[in-house]
Amino acid sequence: MKVKIFSDCVKEGKHPEILFWVGCSGSFDERAKKITKAFVKILNDANIDFAILGNEESCSGDPAKRSGNEFLFQMQAIGNIEIMNSYNIKKIVTACPHCFNTIKNEYPGLGGKYEVLHHTEFLKSLIENGKLKIPNGSFKGKKITYHDPCYLGRANNIYEIPRDILKKLDAELVEMKSCKSKGLCCGAGGAQMFKEPEKGNEDVKDIRIKQALETNTDIIAAACPFCNTMLSDGLKDKVSNDSTSVMDISQIIEKAKGL
Amino acid sequence: MISYIDNILFVTFLVLTIFLFSNNFKKILNNIRLGRAENRSDKTILRLKNMFRVAFGQGKMIRRPIAGILHLIVYIGFIIINIELLEIIVDGIFGTHRIFSQYFPGLYNILIGSFEILALLVLISVIIFWIRRNILKIKRFLKDEMRGWPKLDADLILYFEIILMSLFLTMNGADYTIQLNYPENDIYVRAGSFPVSQFLVPIFQDFNLNHLMLIERISWWLHILGIFIFLNYLYYSKHLHILLAFPNTYYANLESKGKFKNINSITSEVKLMLDDNNNYEDNDDSEIETFGASDVTELSWIQLLNAYSCTECGRCTSECPANLSGKKLSPRKIMMDTRDRLAEFSKNIKGNSEEYSGDGKKLLGDYISNEEIWACTSCNACVEACPIDIDPLSIIMSMRQYLVLEKSAAPQDLNNMMNNIENNGAPWPFNQQDRTNWIN
Repeated sequence: MKVKIFSDCVKEGKHPEILFWVGCSGSFDERAKKITKAFVKILNDANIDFAILGNEESCSGDPAKRSGNEFLFQMQAIGNIEIMNSYNIKKIVTACPHCFNTIKNEYPGLGGKYEVLHHTEFLKSLIENGKLKIPNGSFKGKKITYHDPCYLGRANNIYEIPRDILKKLDAELVEMKSCKSKGLCCGAGGAQMFKEPEKGNEDVKDIRIKQALETNTDIIAAACPFCNTMLSDGLKDKVSNDSTSVMDISQIIEKAKGL
Repeated sequence: MISYIDNILFVTFLVLTIFLFSNNFKKILNNIRLGRAENRSDKTILRLKNMFRVAFGQGKMIRRPIAGILHLIVYIGFIIINIELLEIIVDGIFGTHRIFSQYFPGLYNILIGSFEILALLVLISVIIFWIRRNILKIKRFLKDEMRGWPKLDADLILYFEIILMSLFLTMNGADYTIQLNYPENDIYVRAGSFPVSQFLVPIFQDFNLNHLMLIERISWWLHILGIFIFLNYLYYSKHLHILLAFPNTYYANLESKGKFKNINSITSEVKLMLDDNNNYEDNDDSEIETFGASDVTELSWIQLLNAYSCTECGRCTSECPANLSGKKLSPRKIMMDTRDRLAEFSKNIKGNSEEYSGDGKKLLGDYISNEEIWACTSCNACVEACPIDIDPLSIIMSMRQYLVLEKSAAPQDLNNMMNNIENNGAPWPFNQQDRTNWIN
């Protein structure tokens, strides 16, 4: 797989147009790595001039901030900003809504001002300028429901862009009971991803999966590595066969294009 | 001489009401000022727009159509019927009767007619509200935090409204009967149109003039005294939103909901630490204060205004994923606790010449538990759901900051996660040098 590292490019005197911020999930989590690879395949297929920070990338600080550890968050943020500013980075794309939100909204106040796009926003722009074409056929007759990630939806008011991409497939887009601004969280936000839930009746992810299955969907489309993990786990507990699956939007495009 | 007793009584009640009301309102303002500074004096036009859309225009209420429309009726009724209040006050002071009817007879008929229709609609809406709470027992009205006073408070307000509207219609019905049956009397001259209370005329048909005047006067007095009492009940109830919804939406957070404020004093420290050459100048001479919040004085005035504005409708809690999955956290309870603690705190300083004498209690610990604070997914569903832009999440985050930065009291799992970030730049124990292993 062809992926350039920013520091190498700079050494060669090149300056890639776009930084792909991989994120910790995208780098280490088995499921999220598939999202990362799918997105890179799409970028390469569309001949996008991009690079990653590689080993110079460090946690955006989102889980530290949402845990209340402002000190650790700012350590991470300022460290990342120093590296990105030293490469004069202007445009960042990431597949993680948490990194997206933090870099877009919380880095500017600390000296990190960039154009930050979620990968669904970027994919939509590729479709619009003709660089990304999604062939008909592979999702014909399938039902897809889209799960709004909190940090993309309510946090940043991005509801329609991911849906617009899914509408390009010749599949049927169905909505869950709680969607868009009323979308139900997967249960992982606010650093819940990294801890056991407090005592309750059930897990948030199980409520969400119930809502998804009520739509009789074939595919639960996600746009966040945390949501992907939670929903996949929730689905595993509910459905034994693989009639329904959780896929990131980049994985759906990867499959549609046969990349 | 005797004929002035009514006027004197009325003016006394009016002055007393204004005095008590402004006193209570001052108390609320002072309590809100106990909070930390936060600058929301920017973007005047955007703020006004938000206030007009969300508070005046009820923009977020209608998302739940049944409650939204019923509330809209009560809200319009409240505003429009208060025009009548103006006349009642003028009549009360000068001992006149339906003073406005002399000056704009045509308009007057339309106004009284529309007040009557609105009063009926309000009456019906409020009865449906009562049914929703007490017979249909809609879940969000019956959560744990609604037991006792909050439940009674909600019902009392509905009873108030039912009584006020009934008195208004009874007053008009008696008045109209006199107008019809005793045209020779010189007080109750033909004025107004009575599309609703005309149906009370058959009931009053056999009453003589004195009885009808008595009914009209008693209704008139009870109606206006009811309004005076209601105004001063506000301070003790959840119903302050009828006033505070406006400043609360004006001063609401207009940024993306995902943007959490950075603590500036920490930025200076971090920059000092990260600067190898020590040439970063620390320009931040703000007083070092407690990080985050464990009590009301460590919250911002916006967060305290939020607490006073909350109507306890529970839309936040009914959409909170933690609450839906049976956890202890309820965003509404966070707001109610904040307000209760603020009331308690202000009593303490009142009894001790404006100096907090320490009552051994804190908002975090005695009202809100750590378990509630850690159950939040920061999903913003509560903030989105609030019809008047209250932000329970910001209080939760302030408390997490206190627990982590002041007390190092995060759950063990989160401590592990934070150690990982500190040591290897990821929330899991993976080596930073392995970040690109996925490529192969």
